[in-house]
Amino acid sequence: MKRNLKLAVASIATSVAMALTLNAHAADVPESDEPIIIVQNNWTSQLVLSNVVGNVLSELGYEVEYVPSDSQLQFTAIANGDMHFQVEAWEGSMKSAFEKAVEEGMVDAGAHEAVTREEWWIPNYVLETCPDATNWEGLNACADQFATAETSPKGRFVGPPADWGKNYADRVNSLEMDFEAINVGQAATLWAELQSAYDRKEPIVLFNWTPNFIESKFEGTFVDFPEPAPECFTDAAWGPNPNATGDCGAPRGGWLKKAAWSGIADTWPKAWSVLQRVNFSNAQIAAAALMVDVDGMSPEEAAEQWAADNADVIAGWVE
Amino acid sequence: MDIAHTTDEARPWSGRALLALPLWQFFVVIAGGILLTTLWEGFARWPDDLVIPMKEWITRFFEWLGKEAAIGSYSFKDFTRAISDLLSYPLEWTEALLYRGIKPLGLPPIPWVAVVLGTAILGHWIGGWRLALFVGASMLYLSIFGLWKDSMRTLSIVLVAVPIAAAIGLFLGIRVTRSKRAAAIITPMFDLMQATPHMAYLVPVVVLFGFGQVPAMLATVIFAMPPMARCAILGIQTVPQDVIESGRMSGCTPRQLLWKVQLPTSKKTLMLGLNQVVMQTLAMVVIASLVGASGLGQKLLFSLQQLRLGAAVEQGLAIVLIAVVLDRLTQAYAYRETIHYSATTSFFQRHKHLLLFLFILIVTFIAANFHKELAILPKKMTFTLGREIDFAVREFSKNAYDYIGPVRDFITVSILLPIRDFYLWLPWPVLVGCIAVAGYRLGGFPVMTLTASLMLAIMLFGFWEPAMLTIYLVFSAVVICILIGVPIGVLASRSERIAKVTMTICDTLQTFPSFIYLIPVIMLFKVGDLSNIIAILAYATVPAVRYTYLGLKRVPEVLKEAAIANGCTPRQKFWKVEMPFAIPEIMLGVNQTIMMALAMTAITALIGSRDLGQEIYRALPTADTGRGLLAGLGIAAIGIIADRLISAWATKKKKNLGIE
Repeated sequence: MKRNLKLAVASIATSVAMALTLNAHAADVPESDEPIIIVQNNWTSQLVLSNVVGNVLSELGYEVEYVPSDSQLQFTAIANGDMHFQVEAWEGSMKSAFEKAVEEGMVDAGAHEAVTREEWWIPNYVLETCPDATNWEGLNACADQFATAETSPKGRFVGPPADWGKNYADRVNSLEMDFEAINVGQAATLWAELQSAYDRKEPIVLFNWTPNFIESKFEGTFVDFPEPAPECFTDAAWGPNPNATGDCGAPRGGWLKKAAWSGIADTWPKAWSVLQRVNFSNAQIAAAALMVDVDGMSPEEAAEQWAADNADVIAGWVE
Repeated sequence: MDIAHTTDEARPWSGRALLALPLWQFFVVIAGGILLTTLWEGFARWPDDLVIPMKEWITRFFEWLGKEAAIGSYSFKDFTRAISDLLSYPLEWTEALLYRGIKPLGLPPIPWVAVVLGTAILGHWIGGWRLALFVGASMLYLSIFGLWKDSMRTLSIVLVAVPIAAAIGLFLGIRVTRSKRAAAIITPMFDLMQATPHMAYLVPVVVLFGFGQVPAMLATVIFAMPPMARCAILGIQTVPQDVIESGRMSGCTPRQLLWKVQLPTSKKTLMLGLNQVVMQTLAMVVIASLVGASGLGQKLLFSLQQLRLGAAVEQGLAIVLIAVVLDRLTQAYAYRETIHYSATTSFFQRHKHLLLFLFILIVTFIAANFHKELAILPKKMTFTLGREIDFAVREFSKNAYDYIGPVRDFITVSILLPIRDFYLWLPWPVLVGCIAVAGYRLGGFPVMTLTASLMLAIMLFGFWEPAMLTIYLVFSAVVICILIGVPIGVLASRSERIAKVTMTICDTLQTFPSFIYLIPVIMLFKVGDLSNIIAILAYATVPAVRYTYLGLKRVPEVLKEAAIANGCTPRQKFWKVEMPFAIPEIMLGVNQTIMMALAMTAITALIGSRDLGQEIYRALPTADTGRGLLAGLGIAAIGIIADRLISAWATKKKKNLGIE
């Protein structure tokens, strides 16, 4: 209760402060009454961050709308101007859709400070029976621990949906690992598998990423693969297997970008300057997700609290 | 679905003697098919470079339609935008009333207290105290479980989509009954639409209409409209001839005949249509959120993504309750007795419900200014069992896994995988040949050409392997559905009490968003074919139960008495009299079970599979219209093949029994 009260005071204080700083620009904002449409996806950090950004814009006087969307299709919609801003675009799983949309006219609105990683992942208890599983060769040595009835004697890798990047599963062949990739249809399936295995301390290796709510509920580590270079996919001689391309992992420090409709700059110039400055770090994203995933707030509440905790950060974007 | 009209008499040229020989054609086809594979590899697996690139053509066509197509300066895109704009007007209104508020006037949305009480008053006006209590309590649930705002978002789409879908359905239905040409185009279209999984509609809608509430609503309308049209057709066509005659004799114009005679007479069927529209609209809530509908569906998917099963169950229940409230209100309204007031009744007395509601509305609007709890319940006053449900599911899966795990492994490795490998090995000439022979034997030449060419088309367009995996999953599931569903149906037909409980469970299973079943299934059975099959079971067993029950219930009393009089033991009565009589009906249930199971593959794709459902699901993120539509039509084709074969069989059987 006390915390809530403090929160309320803090949020009022920041909005007053923001209102004061904003008055300087208030004369020309908003430049258009049309709503700025912010894309929402279905994972925690994105929902909180999109609300944070949306709140900043509405404090400035803009009309803001949120539209839920699929994480791949959204880019075409942004390119067409059906939606205007996406705060989280991930290198590992969205790179190709992102780049294709940029060709169609979508604007790359800059990268966050935060880096992302999408990779094979194991819960820490696996290390008790397979101590070297933090790198791929060590993991491969105890592949049989991960075997299920269908994959036996090979281990089972619970992989991402097939179109989230082929290399996660194809790597099994190019690195000649004793695993078989079983692709799920959506992320929730990964977590159901993880929860079930985790409760029973059953060895499991699955696809995971960071920042993600999983970190706050399950203890585990990524499996290290050879750091990728462009030659990995073009030159068979590169990497541990001299006869295959694709014998490398996903980048350990992948980018996290913002995507925008090309018309923002002309329609809402002030908003555009803010959106370009929007920048989150890994710690800030983790803090935002934690409020929802551990403290049980709704994304909207978490966005308000996050803004209260990080008033200086927001002030930096708004100027 | 149509029932094939050909009968043995219609084919005088067919060699009856040959037909009588037991199944010899099948052996010829199987042996021939396997022999062919030794001649050319293409007979085992159709070569990729001979696949007709229909997928690419369709995708390009839709891209062209969405971006370039134009008549003069008026582009197709302008046309789709105009439709969107038209649909967005009523939607903006309901949204403003229910959750946005009317900004220019500074009016907040209707306070939740007013909506709950208003619904209860409406319930009382339409159906008395019991209905009032039920609908009021349902709406109260939405508020105290903290789902108000999302429920109102969902409700505003539903409130607009239902009347539009019903109106279009009614209009098309009337057209069909009035014009042979319209019937020839529209009826098969509906057959196809109903057999195509709803997810397949989403891809073209997104390509042409983009994202958001309006496209989501449009997809909902497209999906929910055919049942209304079907019921309108059925209703109008079954109006007794003497009723129409008397209408004509009274001097009705065709228009009067329609509105004053035909439609009122077929009210019961029309209301069934409306019920289906409401149910289908709410069934689309979760799927529509994939193309940008906000509200309960979006939140439900988010909960699942977070592994908050309990929260998802509460959101799912909210969807079910909204469906039931709308259904009860519309149904009760249709069968309400008109109240006649005497001339002396005061204005107040006549409009007491409306006045009471207006009074509450004004009071709550004013009071909500001072007490925010009346506008929307603050989170700390809401209630949830989410964590408890999560805990229960986790504990259950943890403890049950040790018993279920080995069973799962055994079924998967010893039964399912060999069956799957068999389907994947099956050379296409064998399968297409067997379908052709079965079609010919059951329904004659027309059924044979239709079914065999549909199967060939699936192969030529490059969907053979996903289609085989679909057939494998669906038919494995259907066998189990029948093994479970038919005995339950039999049991229900024996006792009214069991019947009541069973039917309630059936209704709930069907309206409850099927996405929710997936998580516990995965926790217990892991990603794999068995999980797919079990998720299908939860949904597709229902028609098997229902039709068995109905079929046995329809056995005439006279027949049963005659059986007893002839000295049948109860067992003989059941197996020799009731069951044979009910079999055609049960087969229709099997037919429906197959349809449901096929539709579910688009949803079990979320678990992970490589079937046609997965093709549809994967087509959505990539906006690959060709892949999504053709995979959807592939599922429809499998459904139609099964339907034609089973219907033909049932017709034959019915004739033998002398029913119809």
